Parts: sequence; C-alpha cells; structure tokens
Amino acid sequence: MNTFERPAPQEFLALLKEEEAQRGRGRLKIFFGFSAGVGKTYAMLNAAAKLKESQDVVIGFVETHGRKETTELLGDLEILPRRRIEYRGTWQEEFDIDLALKRKPSLILVDELAHTNVQGSRHAKRWQDIQELIEAGIDVYTTLNVQHVESLHDLVARITGVLVQERVPDSVIENALEIELIDLPPDELIQRLKEGKVYVAAQALSALENFFRKGNLIALRELALRYTAQHVDMQMMRYRKSHMITTAYPVAERLLVCVSASPLSVRLVRAGKRMADALKARWTVAYVQPSQTFQSLKNSTETGGEEQGRSRLFATLSLAESLGADTVELSGDVARSLTDFARYNNFTKIIIGKSSRPRWQEILNGSVIDEVVRLSGPVDVYVISGDNGEDIEPKPFFASKRSRPGNYFYAVLVVTFTSFVAACLRDHFELSNLVMAYILAVVVVAVNFGRGPSIFASVLSVACFDFFFVPPFLTFAVSDTQYLVTFAVMLVIALVISTLTSRVRMQADWALQKERRTAALYELSRSLSSTINFEDLVKAGLKHIGELFYSQVALVVYDESGTASVIAGVGKGLQIDGGVAVWAYRNKQPAGLGTSTLPGARARYLPLTGFARVVGVLAVEPANSKSFNEPEQLHLLETCAAQMAIACERALLSLENEQNRVIVKSEQLRNSLLSSVSHDLRTPLATIAGAASGIVEGSENLTVEDCRKLAGEIFEQSARLNKLVGNLLDMTRLQDGSIVLHKQLFPVEEVIGSALSAYSRELDGFTIETSIESSLLESCFMVAVDGSLIQQVMINLLENALKYGPDGGLIRVSVFSQSGQAVFAVDDQGPGVPNEIRKNIFDKFYRGQSSACEGSGKKMAQGAGLGLSICAAIIEAHGGQIWVEDSALGGASFRFSLPVFQSDLSLNS
Amino acid sequence: MEESTLRGAKAQSNLGAGAGNIAVLVIEDEAPIRRFLKMTLNDHGYGYKEALNGRDGLSEVAASSPSLVILDLGLPDIDGLEVTRSIRDWSDVPIIVLSARGQEKDKVEALDAGADDYLTKPFGVGELLARIRVAIRRDGRQAAASESSVVQIGAMRLDHVKRQVFFQESEVHLTPIEFKLLCALLKYPDRVLTHNHLLKEVWGQAYQGESHYLRVYMAQLRRKLERDPANPTLLITEPGIGYRLRSS
Repeated sequence: MNTFERPAPQEFLALLKEEEAQRGRGRLKIFFGFSAGVGKTYAMLNAAAKLKESQDVVIGFVETHGRKETTELLGDLEILPRRRIEYRGTWQEEFDIDLALKRKPSLILVDELAHTNVQGSRHAKRWQDIQELIEAGIDVYTTLNVQHVESLHDLVARITGVLVQERVPDSVIENALEIELIDLPPDELIQRLKEGKVYVAAQALSALENFFRKGNLIALRELALRYTAQHVDMQMMRYRKSHMITTAYPVAERLLVCVSASPLSVRLVRAGKRMADALKARWTVAYVQPSQTFQSLKNSTETGGEEQGRSRLFATLSLAESLGADTVELSGDVARSLTDFARYNNFTKIIIGKSSRPRWQEILNGSVIDEVVRLSGPVDVYVISGDNGEDIEPKPFFASKRSRPGNYFYAVLVVTFTSFVAACLRDHFELSNLVMAYILAVVVVAVNFGRGPSIFASVLSVACFDFFFVPPFLTFAVSDTQYLVTFAVMLVIALVISTLTSRVRMQADWALQKERRTAALYELSRSLSSTINFEDLVKAGLKHIGELFYSQVALVVYDESGTASVIAGVGKGLQIDGGVAVWAYRNKQPAGLGTSTLPGARARYLPLTGFARVVGVLAVEPANSKSFNEPEQLHLLETCAAQMAIACERALLSLENEQNRVIVKSEQLRNSLLSSVSHDLRTPLATIAGAASGIVEGSENLTVEDCRKLAGEIFEQSARLNKLVGNLLDMTRLQDGSIVLHKQLFPVEEVIGSALSAYSRELDGFTIETSIESSLLESCFMVAVDGSLIQQVMINLLENALKYGPDGGLIRVSVFSQSGQAVFAVDDQGPGVPNEIRKNIFDKFYRGQSSACEGSGKKMAQGAGLGLSICAAIIEAHGGQIWVEDSALGGASFRFSLPVFQSDLSLNS
Repeated sequence: MEESTLRGAKAQSNLGAGAGNIAVLVIEDEAPIRRFLKMTLNDHGYGYKEALNGRDGLSEVAASSPSLVILDLGLPDIDGLEVTRSIRDWSDVPIIVLSARGQEKDKVEALDAGADDYLTKPFGVGELLARIRVAIRRDGRQAAASESSVVQIGAMRLDHVKRQVFFQESEVHLTPIEFKLLCALLKYPDRVLTHNHLLKEVWGQAYQGESHYLRVYMAQLRRKLERDPANPTLLITEPGIGYRLRSS
C-alpha cells in the first residue's frame, strides 16, 4: 500500500486553488535580511535595474537613507511621487497606492514591508498596500528584516531586548513567490556601520552599543538563515506536491495549542506556529471557557477584568488565525475538555503554557497541567514557559465593569444597615448570630454589586463587627483573643462567598449572553431559510442584523460589469461610501469602521463571502460607533454575515439554476419549433409546387377541369400556409410582448357573433348552435377585451371543433356566468380530450394524438399546434383562464373565462 | 389587346357583372399581386390600369379619372394613408385599400380618411369582386335608399316616412338612437363603417372614441332585429374596425 505517497485530495484542491489564485495576481519577491544595513535596498535596486530593459519597472517608495551607492542605483528608473499627509502638524511622506494602481506598471519597488502608514492612509500597514498591488496583478519587490516577522518577533525581542511594534503576518511572507536572503557577515556589517555607511556617525555609535552588538547580530543572522531555509523547504514541498514527487511522510502531526485570556497566550500561539512549521503540521488553537470552578475563578483574577480578558482572548485568537491556525472554543472543565477534544480529533501534541501561579496555589487547587498530562493518554504534552515580564499588561484596579465606585458606596450602605440592625438585636441574640447577619450582607453585596464591592464589604463587615460588637466596644482592640479566630474565619467565609457568588453571577451573565447570541443566530437562520427569493432574503437578513446591532444596514451588490446596486435595510438608510465598499468587495476583507483599512468610514463594510464568490458587501453603521470595539459583538456580526453570505449564495445559485433551466427549456422549444415549422411549411409548399408545376409543365392533354382541380389544391394549401404564418406571427408578437391590449367593453354575444360571422364560410355544413345565459343578456353584461384578439381565440376554438368534430356535426357555442365571470364554451362531437393530456394541450407545438384523430375518422389534423397556445396566451393576457373538459355533446368542450362588467349606460337615453 | 377586350366582354355576359367600361386603377408595388389583379379584373370585364408607387398613383388618378382605385397601404414612397387623403381632397372615386394582417389601425385610419372598403391580404377572387361591386354601386344605392321610403332586407323592413321598423312582419319599437343607428348603417349597406364614422353620424363629433356606446346600442339592435343575436346575419361586426350591414 502506498497510500502515503500520494497527496491527499484536499491537498490537490489546495494546490489548485493556489494556482488559481496565482493566475491574474502579481508576484511578490522579498529581499530578506537580518538587520538594517546589510544591503537589501541595494540588492533590490540592482535586481530591478537588470529588469528595466524588458519590463515596465517603477519605484513606488524607496528610502535610500542618504547612502551614496544606493542613490546612484536609482539611476533613470521612474519614481512615483509620494503622497504627503499632514499628521499632527508635520508633513509625512507616504507611498501613494492609488497612484501606483493607476499607473499599473508590471513591477513596482516598495521598500520596507513592515512599515506602518501614517494615520489617514488607506491601510494601517504597508504590507496591506502591497497585497492590494499583488491582487491588482502587479509584481512587487520589497524588503524585510527578520525582526519584523510576526512569528519571530518575540524571539528577536528576547535576543536583542528591543520589542518591535511593526510586524508582518507570516502568511504574507509565505505567499511570496521568492525570498532572497541578503547576507553579510556581522563583522563586515559592523565595519560598515563604523564607516558611517549605515547611519550617520552619532547614531551609529549608540546603535553599535545597543542593537548592533556582535552577539546580537550573529543570533539574528542565524534566525534569518533558518527562516529562509524554512521558506525554501516549503517551496520544495510545494514543488513536490505539484510534481507528485512524494515520499512517505510520517502520519500527519496535529498540534493543539491551548490558550487562555492570559496576556502570555500570544507567546503560546507564536511558539505553536514555529513548532507547527517545523513539523509541517496542521495546528489548532483552542480556548476553553471554564465551567464555574474555584480554580478558573482564580485564573480570572489573575488575568484582570472579565471584559479586558475577553478582548485579549479575541486578539489572541485573531493572531492565531492570521498565523494560519484553526480556532475552536470549548467549554467545561479545562483539562478534560481539552484532552477529549485532542483525542477525538486525532491531535498528536498539545501545547500548554506553564502556570505562573505560586506553588501553594497549585497544591491547593491542583494544576491544570498535571491534569492534562494525566488525561492526555497517547497525546504528547508540551509545556511552554510563560514567564515573560514585558508582555504582561498592568492589572486594572477595578476588575469588573460593574465595580464602579458607586457600588462601593452601596456596599458601605449595606454594611452600615446591617450594623444598625445587629445593634438592635444584640440584646436578644448571641454574637455568633450577628456574624451571620454580616455574612448575609456580604452575599447581598456580592449578588448585586460584583466582586470588588463584596470583598470590600467582607473586610468592612469584620471591622464593624469588631468595632461595635466585640468588647471593648467602639475600638478595634480585642480583649478576648478567641475573637481573632472569629474574625479570620468570618473574613475567609465572606471572601469565599463573595467570590463564588459573583462568579455565579458572571457565569449567568455569560450564559445569558451566549443564549442571546444563539437565539439571534437561530432567528436569523430561520428567517433566511424561510425564503429562496434573493430580494426577500436580503431584506429579511438586513432587517434582522439591523435590529440585532441597532444599526443602519444595507447590502451593496455588484453585477458582472461591476456596477453597484444598493439594497437598503429598514430605517433611514445609510450613506454608502462606494470606495470602501468596492475595496472590501475586491479584496474580500472587511473595511471601514473598526478595521485597519479606511477606518475613517462611518460604517463597517463586510464582504459576504460564500463558497465560490463574494455575494456582495454588507454595510453596517451602528448607532453608537464604539459598539464594534467589543469583540463579542464583532464576532457575532461576522457570524451573521457568514450566514447571510451562504444564504444569499444559495439564493443566487438557485436563481441561476432556474435561468439555466429556462434556457434549456427555450432551447428545446426552439428545436421543436424548427422541426415543426419546417415540416408544416414544407408540406403545403410541396403540394403547391407540385400542383403548379403540373399546370406549367402539363401536356396538351391536360383539360381545363384538371387545371382547375390543381389550382384548387394550390388555393387550399396556400390558405393553410397563410394560417400557419399568421399563427407564427401572432405567437411571436404575443411572446415578445409587442402586442398591446386595446381593451374595450363588448357585449358577450358580440364576442361570439363577430367570430361566427368572420368564420361563417368555413363553418358551412356544420350545425352551429348558440346559447347565451339569459341573465347575461338581460342586464347587458360586458367583457373588457381586445376585440380582434378575442375573435382570434374564438376562431381558433371553432377551427379546432371543425378539425376534430365529425363532418356536418353539431358545434355549440355558449356563454354563461359562473362566480362573477363569463364563461365561453365551444363544444364539439369529436373524440374529446383524454384526461392525461389536458394540461399539455395548451403548450406550444402540442398536437392531439394521432389515435384521437383516427378515432374521429378524419385525416391527421393539420397545423403547427399553435392555435390553442395562442388562445391560452391571449386569454392569460386578459386575466382569464382557459381549459378543456368533457362536453355534453360527447366531444370536448373548450372553455375560457373572462371577468364581466355590467354596463352602466342608460340604454334608453 | 383585342383578346383581352374580347375576354372581358365574354366574362361580362357570363357573369352579368355589369362591369361595362369600368376602369380600375391598381396602386401596388408588388408585381405578383399586380399580375394577379390584372388577370382577375380583365377576366371579369373591368378595365385595368396600374401605378407602382403613391406619386405615380396620384397623377394617374388625376390623369385618367378611374372608376375605382385599389390602393395598397404599404407603398414604397408615400404612405397609403396619405395617398387616400390626397385623393379625397379633390375626388370622390371609390377607394378599396389592401392591407396585410395586423394593420388594423392603418385600416381604420384609411377608412376614416375616406377609403370605402378594405381587403386583407391574402384574399380570394370572390371577396375582391364582391367588394368592388359594393364600392361601385355605392352612389346608385345611396340614391335608391334615400328615394324609396321603405327598405326591406331579409326579415327586416324599415319605413323612413313613418319611422317604423318591422321584424318578421311585426312592428319593433326602437329608441330614437337605435333608429338613427340603423339608418346610418342602411345608408351604406355592405360597406364597413368605422366606429368613429357611426359615432359621429349618430351621437355627434363629441363622442369620438366612445365605441362602447356603439356596442351597447348595437347589441340592443341585434336583440330586436336578429333571430340569433349571437350569430348575426344582418348586423356584422368587423373586429377592431366597425360594423357592416349585410344586405344579402
């Protein structure tokens, strides 16, 4: 078995997608170095200079730092003007992306991939600019230093002691087609620095002492070399995959990184990324929402406020996603749910952070790590150190949002009240019972005012108890040392109760919020699934999202030509910023309010990305522009958008399906039209041509009588042709809607009469019977019809009756009223219409079955089977109905109904 | 030439059409139709002249003053409707217009502009000859109708002087408007009369376009003067155009 030697189907798919994406996109080449001054820009310009003969090369933004050799290299390359942006009083020069996109060279040089743009630019980061250039099909050369790589930056910080703020996500670098390492031995770099080739002399000196120490440089160089090697390795893998050179890989490793709301979790994520890359493993970052245990409570105290913790958690998970991990949220007991998840999903390794809690706490509460190790079974557990001071943010003094200063005041109030009540009761109760009253007070505070105030109340209670009730009274002094035990126990009980109670409360809030979120999503999905019509669906979705987020919402939809059309939600509607919407649509990324792209917009623009395409862009303008700062809300909004995208895509697909079906059907129709018409045209034409040539080429023996017979044949067939052509013309005009109904009021008998008199010659030999319900006649009911079209209907029905009825038979034409409508009927004595074809008989080119015709003893009926479908089209255009049923005469009864009006004309005027 | 007159004479005696030396001018651009008309007309003893377009047609009408004009509505140069109007400016010659199907509006306009009758292509010889006969005897019948005070058509009899109408020998009471409508139809028997023509004649100029009035009164008339109002033999509807009183 060589199952391992072939890439799995999903790998193929990924490869295909990659190639697909590569097509039409620009290519990115990164000149990668371990430090400033190694000559990245120089190398980049050198490479560009070689290409300028064969390609349209433009310099988008290059910083020469006044270095002579570099400046010389700029040579005669075209340099795009920079954009000047005023920021806090000074003018800053930035790369002008709009200009670059407009100029659209084949290759553009943009220095410093990690650069952070000045506020007011389109994107917060330069790598976003560059990605947009690539999306637009422009090749880009850029430079990058190793300390700016997201997954390496903390390592670098540990080596150099300098924490860089400008970081580039690994995915950007991984997607680069090429990485060229610009290397220089550290000694040479230091030499260059000393010569002032990198920085001006004064700067150089301080730089030498700090960053450019030789030890640092060697470490950085190694990091850069290794990173490049990894990238090369990845390319190698890709090459192998695409060329199907596969050797047996070990069974795929899967990594599970467990994070918490702790600020240290980002380090875990980065470590996970490095490890996953090294193992070429898929990795998942899991967060466990702890169940209500004392232990998790402790965690939450450590990590600061609930609110802040959650937003940090969200940031951690976003980082993980940007580094290419899947993320999951679990709940329950941390260790158990983690190990269960790992086992059921075939993870091979778990990465978990080393606890920074004191030893005694671990002994007291047990350690999560121990628990995980105990439960992990076959899964390896890696514990990563978590001691890194610089990442830890200061703990906020007020942990919870609810712990406002006012709440402390209430805590004081409650304790004071309790003291008052206790003072009243002290003569009747033991002191121990008064302690209970204080504990009750602490519970009340904990339930109503949160953790901080309840802890405060605990301390205050002990103090009051001591002050007022423990002898000597009104001092904090204690005469009986036993009371110290009372105080201690009382304080501990109060603290435990207060933390537990407030924890329960937070859990309840959390559950409530989760419940609301689930309910909202459920509602949304229900309203989205209730309809398949795109317009209705969008309206329902927008209404829902608008209500959920107290926002003005709209959907911008783009057609093939890129023209935008806006479907507004309920409410006043919002001002769509077309530019932002288009950006979000093209780049498939959220933009506007609260994002790093064009954050100045008033609304947030979310692309609705389905499986195969971007359906449109959802614009959401919240009533309060700060409401999107909450990760909770954002997550919910994104989930809603995803649901809506899928629903919209489903609707669009079904619409397209329908259209395709119609196309297929009309194609079938066209074919049957062609065959039918060519047959029906040729038959009479053949007869005419034959008869005419008989006369023209006839011999002397041809008598006048013979000629007359032949001419008669010609006459008959030409009449048939005329009828057919007329029908075809009518059908075409009815179908393309060029027939405008000239409705006028007609008395019902005139509808019949005009047709009978126009068709009287053909009806010769048949017995025609008319009957009109007397009530219709007496009160002079009228129908609003187009006279000539309705005459056409009647004639077609009469013709049908002639065709199928026996010669000289009875044809009855009648009108009667039925539930407010006038029903016209043409009855014949023919074979009738079998039940099973009654529905199809009004379809185009449907012809009565030949057996039915034989039954009538007549030759096969002629005509292209258009007569009845024309009738149906005309009657439908009049808002009536047409059908066929059995006739009392034994044959078929074709009937149509039309709305009636009573004439308001006074007839005797 | 000699032959054609001979044949014409023969046809005349055979059919008793009384065509005499009636000259028919055909204004038509389609050669096959002209040929067919020429053959048929000559066969039935009518004189034949032709014009290939509207301008030639107009000068031919002026030059040769034909007894009847057969005019195609779809001419290459001038609209047939315009030709009709121009002729009507200075001549009362009967005009029969030829039209293709689906040109109801043109037909009505031509009739309103003064054309006497219409034929829809394709048409048979019988139909053509019937229309020609009706158009040509127009003047004579009109005179007769106004001269004789009593007109009998089928089972219907009208006494102009006594203003009485009989159907199957029993008197029928007509309202004044019904009577006026019947008289308007009787004035041009067998000719199609447009809605607007009849409305103007009976109600006056102000009622143009109110054709449902006409239809209601026509329905009343039919109930009084037809054996089967749903299958009329006297008062015939020409859908989209008007009415015709059939005299035979």
